Amino acid sequence: MAELTCKNLSMSFNNPQTGAVVEALKDINFTLKQGELLSVLGPSGCGKTTLLNMIAGFLKPTGGQLDLGGKLIDSPGPERGMVFQQGALFEWLSVADNVNFGLRMQNHDVKSTKAEVDKWLNIVGLNGFAETPTYQLSGGMQQRVALARCLVNNPDLILMDEPLGALDALTREKMQSLILELWKETGKTIIIITHSVEEALLLGERLFVMAPRPGRIHREYDLPFAEQGLSKSLRDIKQQTDFSTIREEILSMIWDMEEEIMGNV
Amino acid sequence: MFNWISDHRADIAAILILALAASFIWSIIYGYKQSRRLAKEQVFGDPERTLGGWYWAVCGVSALMLVWFYYSWGMARAFFPTAANEVCQIAKIDEALSPVNASLPISSRYFKSTTLVVRNSQQLAQVEGALPQAVFSASERSELLAIIDASRSLISILSNEQYQDKAVVDGLDVIRLRLSDLKTQLDAGYAGLAPTAEALAQPRWGVDDTEIGLLPKTARGMMYDAVSAEAKQISDAFLKLRNLPDDAKQLIDQTKSRIDALKQANKAFSGSEDEVAARNSYVKSVERIFRRLDDGTIFPSTSLTGVNQAVISLYDSIADAKGGLSFVEAIFMPGGTVVKSKTLCVEQGSSRWLPKPTDVVAKFGRLASPDLESGGGFKGTTLLWWKWLEIADLVDFFIPDGLVDMLPGQYGTHNTDGEFDRTVKDRLLAFASGDVYLGAIPMLDGHIWDSMFRVIIAMMFGIVLGVPLGIFMGVSRFFKSFFDPLIELYRPVPPLAWAPLILTIFGIQDDGKIFLLFMVAFAIMVISARTGASGTQLSKIRAAHSLGATQRQIVRYVILPNALPEILTGVRISIGVCWGTLVAAEMLAGTTGIGFIENVARTVSDYELIWVTILIMGLLGLFFDLVVRKAIAILIPWRGKG
Repeated sequence: MAELTCKNLSMSFNNPQTGAVVEALKDINFTLKQGELLSVLGPSGCGKTTLLNMIAGFLKPTGGQLDLGGKLIDSPGPERGMVFQQGALFEWLSVADNVNFGLRMQNHDVKSTKAEVDKWLNIVGLNGFAETPTYQLSGGMQQRVALARCLVNNPDLILMDEPLGALDALTREKMQSLILELWKETGKTIIIITHSVEEALLLGERLFVMAPRPGRIHREYDLPFAEQGLSKSLRDIKQQTDFSTIREEILSMIWDMEEEIMGNV
Repeated sequence: MFNWISDHRADIAAILILALAASFIWSIIYGYKQSRRLAKEQVFGDPERTLGGWYWAVCGVSALMLVWFYYSWGMARAFFPTAANEVCQIAKIDEALSPVNASLPISSRYFKSTTLVVRNSQQLAQVEGALPQAVFSASERSELLAIIDASRSLISILSNEQYQDKAVVDGLDVIRLRLSDLKTQLDAGYAGLAPTAEALAQPRWGVDDTEIGLLPKTARGMMYDAVSAEAKQISDAFLKLRNLPDDAKQLIDQTKSRIDALKQANKAFSGSEDEVAARNSYVKSVERIFRRLDDGTIFPSTSLTGVNQAVISLYDSIADAKGGLSFVEAIFMPGGTVVKSKTLCVEQGSSRWLPKPTDVVAKFGRLASPDLESGGGFKGTTLLWWKWLEIADLVDFFIPDGLVDMLPGQYGTHNTDGEFDRTVKDRLLAFASGDVYLGAIPMLDGHIWDSMFRVIIAMMFGIVLGVPLGIFMGVSRFFKSFFDPLIELYRPVPPLAWAPLILTIFGIQDDGKIFLLFMVAFAIMVISARTGASGTQLSKIRAAHSLGATQRQIVRYVILPNALPEILTGVRISIGVCWGTLVAAEMLAGTTGIGFIENVARTVSDYELIWVTILIMGLLGLFFDLVVRKAIAILIPWRGKG
């Protein structure tokens, strides 16, 4: 079982101008079991993206350690798939070539991967778009390609850095359902970073609310909405009273943090 | 066919000019109507929305061509084919009368005599004031002042009518009368005159190298021609007249002997070297002014007024006799006129450096003709044609002989029988140095191809070497820091500043020019590839990393395609810069190429050839750019859409 454990994780940057040390993250501890869906929420500058980049292996922690399935994380690898906000597709390649990029880089024959690519394009709802250049796709479709490109590699852990941040409200809702479906069907461990409280509630079995200065996990929730979202309409869930209670609680929590950052308290 | 077109270039021009004028007017009317019909924002504001309007391009091109025809006298030649010949006959009169005019206030503002009197008087005053006191004795000084006074008296004698010889007075009067006769002859008109068959057989204006036929082709021209012949004789008679009356001759003789006496005294003088030099130079300056006065070219001003009046009224009659020709000259021959020198008449003015469009086309036709025997091409090379290229020459170019040297084995020696058996290595050397016939392939040839070939080869090397280096500089800190100072130091130097050095090292043939162009292309390719590579979004590189790509794969499959738009823009820029540099380099040295043609044209002032080369360069530069732009559109459709 591929379990993600995070022990006393710290990250500090030196500000080259002032020489001051900024503690982006301090003493983060958590364990994520196989198949869990985690969403991370917090005000700007609380270290959400730094945490994700360290899990992906792009950044090396200055303290503590991360391991996945007992293996220390010290560089990027295909067992940890990444979906970015936007602009990470290779626009010179067609949809199919984007999706099978990872397999090609690992020297799989393009012909043998075709069935796999078609399967995932079908799952994300891009049947028939295999030969379309990616720059001709809409934003929502481009994120579907990004999801397929990540899933075709069969990673243990999927990291999403505000994957739906650049989409309009309607497309966003459709994509949220898609992510829940994929989570259920594949049983992958997923970490989603988001700015939107509603999205964090809907797409999180577990939810971390992070706080800045130093970056830390402020509160942790276990939520039922992701499970419900598999069978119910997301719009109905949003109207439930328990949903709106937690939403208001978290909103005022983050509001206070923002006020603190601005120096209004 | 070609000759027929050449002979009828004026008629072709006439039709063209009418067509251009028609399309100019039509395009303005059409464009005006369109702008009334279309919405305001379709014709004004954003250039993306104001695309189109090809009729304004027609208008602009027509206007440009019309201006070109006009200032090159193309219109005059098209519609008034004999005008230049007639103006040439008038130019003959000008040439014939020029000695007379030079003495009268016609060529300049003053009588030549007046100018001479003023200048000599000034110089006499200067010399008088500069008389050195120390080196001359008192008696010598008074003698020198007396000579200066005598020179002044000579001027006044020459300027006074009452001293004039009767022969001179009569001579001037005869000239005046002969000029009046000429005027009468002009006023009588040219009825009954007819050009000779020989004159009519001359080529038309501008068809051959003579440019403008010398013999008069029209009755009016005949009249002017006759007048110019008579005017020539009058000029000769005028030049023989010398104003040296007896009083002046006496004074001249006396003064000469006084100057000689002073010179004798100078010879006898014994003093320091400086004193001798000062005495000699002063006496010489006094003598120089005096000598200038005794040639009889100063006349009393009143004695020349008659001749002056006669010449002025002769010119009036010349102008009157022009009739419609004066209109043609004023309107259609802008910026100059026809000038006759000893043996030919030439156009003088804007048409001298601006050849007529049809002549440029004709010149281009002759250059473009691949038939070298009948005067096609330029200096033994065509403009653009093809030839058989021996494959052996290519082998010779690409395989260095040194490669054979490195192979194992020995070159052969001649044996005791004086025979030479070739070893394997000898045969390989013959192959590498192109001595083996390997067949031939058709290849482009000519000045244009030579120029293009240099650019293409230089670009090839520039791309093959510059792009990888640029990419590595865009992704690796080592490459960036190691090569940056090198490239940034040589790049800003204008390519032509390198030229003298490069041409010395590599020679004036293709090698040197290609290397010079390579330097240009290399720097641009490195910088554009580097910009493209370093501009890759971090998220793309991270995505590739987390998809399991290695560093090498990321460079090949992510960074290179990502830099492709910048690289192709670099290709476009460096082809443009290479082209500009090449032409300049060919002007410095070489025996083929467009720049070479212009360099030769420059030394012989062949303006048609200069314009032909300028047009070829412009069109080829445009052609290169269009090809690369098309290539960009096909190769990177995703440009700007990532």
